[in-house]
Amino acid sequence: MKQSLFQITENVKLTENVMRMRLKGDTSAITASGQFINIKLDNLFLRRPISVCDCEGDTVTIIYKVVGKGTEQMAEMQSGTLDVLTGLGNGYNTSLSGEKPLLIGGGVGVPPMYLLAKKLISEGKQVSVILGFNTKNEVFYEEEFRALGCNVGVTTADGSHGTKGFVTALMQDADYTYTYSCGPEPMLKAVFAASKTSGQYSFEERMGCGFGACMGCSCKTVTGYKRICKEGPVLEKEEILW
Amino acid sequence: MVNTKVELCGITLDNPIIPASGTFGFGYEFAELYDINMLGTFSFKGNTQDARFGKPTPRIAECTSGMINAVGLQNPGVEKVISEELPKLSKCFNKKVMANVSGFSVEDYAYTCEKLDKCDIVGWLEVNVSCPNVHGGGMSFGTDPEAAAEVTRAVKSVTKKPVILKLSPNVTDIVAIAKACEKAGADGISLINTMLGMRINLRTKKPVIANKMGGFSGKAIFPVAVRMVYQVASAVEVPVIGMGGVSCAEDVIEMMLAGATAVEVGAQNLVDPYACKSIIEELPAVMEKYRIENLKDIIGAAHNG
Repeated sequence: MKQSLFQITENVKLTENVMRMRLKGDTSAITASGQFINIKLDNLFLRRPISVCDCEGDTVTIIYKVVGKGTEQMAEMQSGTLDVLTGLGNGYNTSLSGEKPLLIGGGVGVPPMYLLAKKLISEGKQVSVILGFNTKNEVFYEEEFRALGCNVGVTTADGSHGTKGFVTALMQDADYTYTYSCGPEPMLKAVFAASKTSGQYSFEERMGCGFGACMGCSCKTVTGYKRICKEGPVLEKEEILW
Repeated sequence: MVNTKVELCGITLDNPIIPASGTFGFGYEFAELYDINMLGTFSFKGNTQDARFGKPTPRIAECTSGMINAVGLQNPGVEKVISEELPKLSKCFNKKVMANVSGFSVEDYAYTCEKLDKCDIVGWLEVNVSCPNVHGGGMSFGTDPEAAAEVTRAVKSVTKKPVILKLSPNVTDIVAIAKACEKAGADGISLINTMLGMRINLRTKKPVIANKMGGFSGKAIFPVAVRMVYQVASAVEVPVIGMGGVSCAEDVIEMMLAGATAVEVGAQNLVDPYACKSIIEELPAVMEKYRIENLKDIIGAAHNG
């Protein structure tokens, strides 16, 4: 973990209420995809944890949905500096992926899949991605994943873009050696049930500190109590208790 | 050169800064960031006789200048704390640590304290009486002077280490409870624990945290804490540890003027992991600004005249 100041270099709309922010600073503590950063905002007490979408050189990219006071405040920021804790959480382990990993992201669970896909491709893996959204207007990063060299499938719940239905609709015919997933809990549960392989699932929980001190985000697993912020957010399939 | 040393129940602290229980784990998350030996001491995560998972999530809610938590004393149980956590802690901390203890019956408290009494690294026992008494209809021990005194007596009978009673502010008369603990043998009083609070989500129209209510802490509660420390310090002879919303060196001075011998820092650690380090580093300059040479000289100074 590291605390440092980051410069906002970009903050743009991807969809109606999803934004992408790029921050420049000391990224040395970010060691894996699936980790998150924790951002201090003026006049808000708790920091806001946001997953890392990409990290390249001294720039970290985050994609966030505007849902409350914190993200509303972030959406307004065009420049300036932010006090950020970096290198939080365990992140995804790419060594278990096999040759043909399948990455499944739903909604704002899509962003962490981007850095993961990048890592897996750099390791020479053949990466397939399923991105799930509610409707066409909410779709983002489809082309970005294609540009990385991933085999990309998109589902929308209302069928307005890609395959109609949930992410699991595209899982049946997929050929894969391992599953990585991030998204709302009902989606994770469905992926867990549909997946034919082992895998890693990233969980979300309301946090106090984000670095393991307050026990605010604990969950029960097969291997004991875990803090989503510290021993998570990524859990292995075999240890998950629903 | 200013002097920041204070004495807490016979043990000298290099400075009065103590991270509060539940906001500092067992120290090693913070030891990754800075040398925690610079602290006066710290109060480790509250532990109980048996392992506890605690309350369901969500356990945390944002508030204006503060937060609510309902973690519910998650801990691995005193045996595991002693066999697993304390050996790890002793590798990064070479001072005496404060062991925070909770219980759900008088016997629970005594059991846990007796175990911790055998640990060299433990300098003080800080006994949290905000928990519900399972044999007393679920009422918190800390809301009844006699129940708090009974816990104090039980703990004192099993340990030679200084016993500090940590009091809840959610009471009608905190002075009566502090006095009852002192009379029962408490070597010190720490206060205030969190204030009972609640938030409701406007979108879901339901309480934000699963337990509905939880402990409110952070900057917002500082004036209440100062008031209660002032009241208790004027009523008891034993040292008082002040806490509640402390976030900077000025707050430390104010708590000490109110009568605190040492000062715990809680919620601020969660939003600024370097909070205690910053406070300790700022303290000498703030002392100079207010013409304070010896920090211990100002303890309770606000009571004079």
